[in-house]
Amino acid sequence: MSNFFEKTDLSRKEAENIISDTLQKCDDGELYLENSKSESILLDDDKIKNSSYNSDLGFGFRAISDEVVAYSHSNEISKNSLKQSSENLKSTLKSVKGTYNHEIPKSNKKYYDNINPIEQKSLNEKIKILNDVNDYLRSKGDKVKQVTANFLGEQKSVEIIRSGGETLSDVRPLVRFNVSVMVEKDGRKETGVYGVGGRQSYDSYLKDENWKSVCDEALRIASVNLESKPAPAGEMKVVLGPGWPAILIHEAVGHGLEGDFNRKKTSAFHNLMGQKVASEGVTIIDDGTIDKRRGSLTIDDEGTPTEKTVLIENGILKNFMQDRLNARLMKTRSTGNGRRENYRHIVLPRMRNTMMLSGKQTQEEMIKAVDKGIFAVSFGGGQVDITSGKFVFNCTEAYEIVDGKIGSPIKGATLIGDGPSILKEVSMVGNDMMMDPGIGTCGKAGQGVPVGVAQPSILIDKMTVGGTKL
Amino acid sequence: MVKDQEFLEKKASYCLGLAKKFGATDTSVVVKNSVSETVNFRNKKLDEANRSDDLGISITTYIGKKKSSISSSNLLTDNLSILIEKCVETTKNTPEDEFNSLPDRDLLSKEVKDLDLYDDSHIANDQKIDYLKKLEAAASSDKKIINTESSFTQNKSNFTLANSEGFCDGYKTSSFTASSVTVAKDEKSMERDYEYSSKCFLKDLDDADELGTLAANQTIRKLSPKKIGSEKIAIIFDKRIAKGILNTFASAISSSAISRGTSFLKDKANQKILSDKINVFDKPDMLKGLGSRNFDSEGVKTDTLKLVDQGILKHYLIDTYNGKKLNLKSNGRCGGTSNLYFENGNISFKDLLNSNSKSLYITETIGHGSNIVTGDYSVGATGFLVENGEFKYPINEITIAGNFKDMFQNITLANDLEFKYATNSPTMLIEGMVVAGK
Repeated sequence: MSNFFEKTDLSRKEAENIISDTLQKCDDGELYLENSKSESILLDDDKIKNSSYNSDLGFGFRAISDEVVAYSHSNEISKNSLKQSSENLKSTLKSVKGTYNHEIPKSNKKYYDNINPIEQKSLNEKIKILNDVNDYLRSKGDKVKQVTANFLGEQKSVEIIRSGGETLSDVRPLVRFNVSVMVEKDGRKETGVYGVGGRQSYDSYLKDENWKSVCDEALRIASVNLESKPAPAGEMKVVLGPGWPAILIHEAVGHGLEGDFNRKKTSAFHNLMGQKVASEGVTIIDDGTIDKRRGSLTIDDEGTPTEKTVLIENGILKNFMQDRLNARLMKTRSTGNGRRENYRHIVLPRMRNTMMLSGKQTQEEMIKAVDKGIFAVSFGGGQVDITSGKFVFNCTEAYEIVDGKIGSPIKGATLIGDGPSILKEVSMVGNDMMMDPGIGTCGKAGQGVPVGVAQPSILIDKMTVGGTKL
Repeated sequence: MVKDQEFLEKKASYCLGLAKKFGATDTSVVVKNSVSETVNFRNKKLDEANRSDDLGISITTYIGKKKSSISSSNLLTDNLSILIEKCVETTKNTPEDEFNSLPDRDLLSKEVKDLDLYDDSHIANDQKIDYLKKLEAAASSDKKIINTESSFTQNKSNFTLANSEGFCDGYKTSSFTASSVTVAKDEKSMERDYEYSSKCFLKDLDDADELGTLAANQTIRKLSPKKIGSEKIAIIFDKRIAKGILNTFASAISSSAISRGTSFLKDKANQKILSDKINVFDKPDMLKGLGSRNFDSEGVKTDTLKLVDQGILKHYLIDTYNGKKLNLKSNGRCGGTSNLYFENGNISFKDLLNSNSKSLYITETIGHGSNIVTGDYSVGATGFLVENGEFKYPINEITIAGNFKDMFQNITLANDLEFKYATNSPTMLIEGMVVAGK
């Protein structure tokens, strides 16, 4: 736990007074303090390319009056700096006449331990594992031409001080371990990438040489791609595997269900509350409460405890994801989705762990039901245009399906669909829901935040596959 | 106010001294301060005002061929001392890499030219609001526009780069950026588009009226899009998309991708990789250029490079580390390109539209579909069907795909280059790509 007022000329009491004075006639707002320590250790091209450490400290001061947000941030926690920020906020919100909303729910639940993963493992141990990863993969044959592996670790302490002095705090560990391998055969090069991570120590993922399974998976994907042929182009049936392919859910419907886009009526979903937006059997939740997952949070960045929010229940749109600002303006409550990348940024409604729940069918049944289509197992990134509802994601491992059987691997292709209609094209939901391995970062308005996704295998009746084979 | 050079240099030299004291044999330090003020409007009303003041330092220490780095936003002297000690300690424990070093002394920049990158004028939030009011009035004048969001940012930055070889230099830069995002709606569809202007000098910024009108028009013309069938077709990339293809080219010729063997352009130096008449320049010394710089992020001097001459690849983008690995000298491209552009082609925009009886004009792509290892390209796209030189109707929910190795050999450029971003391209035609739709 950081003491933000140590070694400054600003006492906690003085800070509280400035906050209360600035926010007295505002509708909402807070001082957000953050101290983060992070490390990155990278092995690439047979060598430790980079070992770096970052320590970041600062505050963001926010005042909200009706729909208007005034924000000011600085690296310098001092009396002078906070007063200057206060003046900035006051000059933006010239005539405020709101009533500060003191209400904020309480919870004692915690979803991760108060640890600093960086300190839990020595640099030498981390370097040894990276070198072992390199040796292990390069021992797998001449076709392995390049290995990149890295550790990313972080501990972020946040404190939120509200008008009146109410204080909420959280200490968040986060780690990630990634392996990328490039293989070459007959002049053709392909890469495979895999990683694991979450809000716990590195050892939770790496002990007992567990790192080998990460290497094996990266190499397997790269090797499959060496044999891949051009992907087809056009509309067809698509079977998605369980786990990480749920970034389809994240892009296709997740972003469109964030409160801000719906308050502003710029989301394709804004007028569909209570209506059928997905096939029967499709239930989607956004859950910040899963133990030690990458997208989990004890409290969000406004201090609201996170929860399990039902977005779509059996095909019917039930809830949007809300932060305090959008919830107030839409006359509902925050769902604990108010997040920011760091103190430099304003809070936005953002996803946590977005999951489609299991149904009854098996993956085998889905494959059998497809005459001509593709089976997509692994993905790179995705993106969505909230307004038109069109979204894409990029396959990194996929196969053709011919007459109910899995055929040859196909080259990475972009899949494109329409968010509001895609879930109505889901004709089978599998019984094999799986979480992703803990590597997702979601970008919105220039801010990246760690997120998770999960889904069972699903069959989509119609999607456009962006290959080159007509 | 952004911190002055003296303040930044003092911090940098304090760090150099400390690193030496703790046992570093070489050190480089960057101290940077950036102050920006943003006002956002939505539907003709103030939505957000944001002020940020970021001070940061990053330090790389070497002990012989060992290297490690730290960065921090906490510049208090006792914190810096703890961090630098930690950095040197980490350096000791990091394995050697024979290619690690500061840049060669004779390659370091000797002079800082005034490239007109800093405008002292200040635009107060009230004046930003006036600009945005005008912009949003223009953007929302058509009834089909149902939502407008616009933004005005003033940024002033200053930095110092110093190393233990005696290099110590830096300079101020400024930028003024206005943008407008509009949403249009009709019975069948809702669409979004944008327009934007960013300049070093306030007085050069686009007129508010024009910016808002352009954003609105670009959005309205996208309404009621159709989906087309899958076929092989000529693709015309709007300038704002064509510049992205040029950026992908730049990452494929970066010395790190080349030395690691992870680029489809490896071993292609002095070979023909683009169509015959194509020339690509990277020109760091353009006055008021959005990518202009006096030296790269290691302090190495940067000269103009003709990267591609008549379709032939002449240079990689080389930094010190990867240069040593490839046995080449740094050409001052650590941190990437400066003002990168395709030289104008020799046909007009109109003739480009007319060069095929049917083509697709792409105004937006989504997804991360560029693979520089294989050269494969596949992205989601929106745009317009062009027949006999005329825009027929808007298109969406399609993908376009190809491989850069072929695409690059089939580029035709119009003669409408303008310098709007750091990377710029004229309108670009590529024949023989595949569109996937219905």
